Amino acid sequence: MPGLEDLYREIILDHYRNPRNRGELPTPPAYAETGFNPLCGDEITLYVQMEGDRVADIRLTGQGCSISQSSASMMSTAVKGKSLAEARATIRRFKSMMSIHEHRLDGDSGTSDAGFEPDEPAAEAEVSLGDLEALQGVVKFPVRIKCATLSWNTLAQALDHLEGVPAS
Amino acid sequence: MAVIDPVAIKKDFPIFERPVHGKRLVYLDSASSSQKPRSVIEAMNCYYETTHANVHRGVYEIAERATRRYEAARASVARFIGAASPAEVVFTKNVTEAINLVAYSWGRANLRAGDVVVLTEMEHHANLVPWLALKAERGIELRYIPVTDDGLLDLGRLDETLDGAKLLCVASVSNVLGTINPVTELAAAAHAAGALVLVDGAQQAPHMPTDVSATGCDFFGLTGHKMLGPTGIGALWARRELLEAMPPFLCGGEMIRDVRLDGFSTNDVPWKFEAGTPPIAEAVGLDAAVAYLHGLGMEAVRQHERSLTAYALAALREAHPDLVIHGHPSADRRGGVISFVYKDVHPHDLSQVLDQAGVCVRAGHHCAKPLMRRLGVGATARASFSVYNDESDVDALVAALADADQLFSL
Ligand SMILES: Cc1ncc(COP(=O)(O)O)c(C=O)c1O
Repeated sequence: MPGLEDLYREIILDHYRNPRNRGELPTPPAYAETGFNPLCGDEITLYVQMEGDRVADIRLTGQGCSISQSSASMMSTAVKGKSLAEARATIRRFKSMMSIHEHRLDGDSGTSDAGFEPDEPAAEAEVSLGDLEALQGVVKFPVRIKCATLSWNTLAQALDHLEGVPAS
Repeated sequence: MAVIDPVAIKKDFPIFERPVHGKRLVYLDSASSSQKPRSVIEAMNCYYETTHANVHRGVYEIAERATRRYEAARASVARFIGAASPAEVVFTKNVTEAINLVAYSWGRANLRAGDVVVLTEMEHHANLVPWLALKAERGIELRYIPVTDDGLLDLGRLDETLDGAKLLCVASVSNVLGTINPVTELAAAAHAAGALVLVDGAQQAPHMPTDVSATGCDFFGLTGHKMLGPTGIGALWARRELLEAMPPFLCGGEMIRDVRLDGFSTNDVPWKFEAGTPPIAEAVGLDAAVAYLHGLGMEAVRQHERSLTAYALAALREAHPDLVIHGHPSADRRGGVISFVYKDVHPHDLSQVLDQAGVCVRAGHHCAKPLMRRLGVGATARASFSVYNDESDVDALVAALADADQLFSL
C-alpha cells in the first residue's frame, strides 16, 4: 500500500498476527494493570510477574489496532527477563524514540503524549530496541503515537506500583 | 419537491477543490463534523470585514448592525426548527453545552435524590455524562431504554421505565447506528408519565425536517458544525416558560439586568443564558448554513440521504459479504450513518488504509462507549453522509475496503 510502508512494516504485521505473550497470569502473585486509550477505546491489561528485581514473566490481554497490539507484543518480549532498571531504560528509550521525532515533526504539543518525559540522557541510547525500531515509522502518523505508547505507559504504571512509587 | 444534485452541491464546498494524498477527497465523516459551503465562509468573512463590534452594547452604527445580525441568526434558527419564538433559542458553544445547560440549570433546580431520569443505551456521551455527574452529585436514579439487536430502541417496557420519571433524554438520530428514534411517540409517552423530554438533535437538524413544536419535546439541542455551520456555536431550544423558570447557568456580563454589590437580577430569556460575549461571527455563519439547508429543502435532503444510505448498504453487502454492518437493515429507519466492522481489521487500521485512498471515515467508539459494549465491539468504522455525498463516494469506499483486505488478511 503506497504511503503506508513506514507504518505497517512486515515485522509489525507479524507481531499483530502472531502476538507474543498473550494471556493472563494468576494475580497474585502477578500484578495486573489496565491501560485505556480514551480516544479510540483500545484497552490493554498487563500481567507482570516479578522475581526479586526481575520481570520473570509478562502476559497481556486486550484489544486494539495493529499498532497498539504489535507494540504491546514487542514490548513484552523486550522486557521479559529484564531487571527493573533495564525495563525502565527500555521504556525511556522507546518513548524517546517517539518524542525525538515528535519534536522534529512540528513541536506540536497537541500530538504529544502526556506520559512523555523530556529526551533522556545519552545512556539510554545504548539500550537496543531490536524489533521495536520498526515502530519508528509511527511518528510520521502522529495520531497513532498514542496507539504505540499505550502498552508502554501501562507497563510504566505497573512498575511504579511494583516499586511502590505513589501514583502521580 | 426539489431534488438534490450532489455534483452541483460539491462545487459549493471549497474543500473539495483540494486533493488528499493526490486523490479526490471522499469525505464520509459528516456525522462527526460537516464541511462548510462557500456561503458560510463568506458570510463570516464579510461580517468581520464590514460589521464586527460587540453585541447588545454599542450605540454606534456597526454595533447595532452586529446586534441585528446576531439576533437575525437566532430568528433563522428558530424558524428552521419550528420554534414558536426566537426567545426560545439560546445560543451555546455546541450541543454538549446545550445539554449541560439543562442538566446544571433545570436539573439542579428540579432533581433531588431518588428522582428518575430516563436515557437510552444509544446516547452519545454528551447526553450521558452530564446525567451521570448529576447522579454522582445528587443521587438521582438513571434508567435506560435498551437497544434491540437490530439497532432500534426496545419500547417493550417503556411505560414501566417511564413510571415516576422526571425527564426523558433521547437522541432523535443515533450517531453510531443512524437509527431514527420515534421521538414524537416517546414524548407523548413521557408526558403521559409526567416527565419532560430532552431531544439531542445533533444528528437530526442537519439531515431531516425538524419541528420542535410538532414533536412535542421540551428541550432540543443542536450543534452548528455538524449542519454546515462553523464550530463554536450550537443552540438549546426550550419552551419559554421552562426557560423563564430556570435559574441561570453561566454567569457574568450580558445575562444580567442589574448588579449590585450584594446581588444581581437576570436578563430576559434567552439572554439570561448567554453570559459573556457570544460567538457572533459563528452565529452569522450558522445563519448562512441554515439558509443553505433551507434552500435545498430538508425533505429533499432526507430523501437524498435515505437513497444514498440504501445504495451504500446494498453496495457494501454485495462487495463485502464479510462486513458486519450494525444497526437496522433498512434505510427507512436510519439516517446516513453506517457503522461497520470488517473481518479482523481493527477500525483504526481500516481508517488509516482508507485515508490513503482519500476516503475519510471515523474509527473508534464514537463517544458512545455503553453502546459499543452493547454491540460487543471495542470500536467500529463509521461512514456518514451529507448533502454533498453521492454514489461515487460510496463506490470509492467499497473499492478502498479491498485494499485493506489485501494488507491485513490474516
Ligand atoms: C448525537 C450526538 N450528540 C452529541 C454530540 C456532541 O456534539 P458536540 O461535540 O458538537 O457538542 C454528537 C457529535 O459528536 C452527536 O452525534
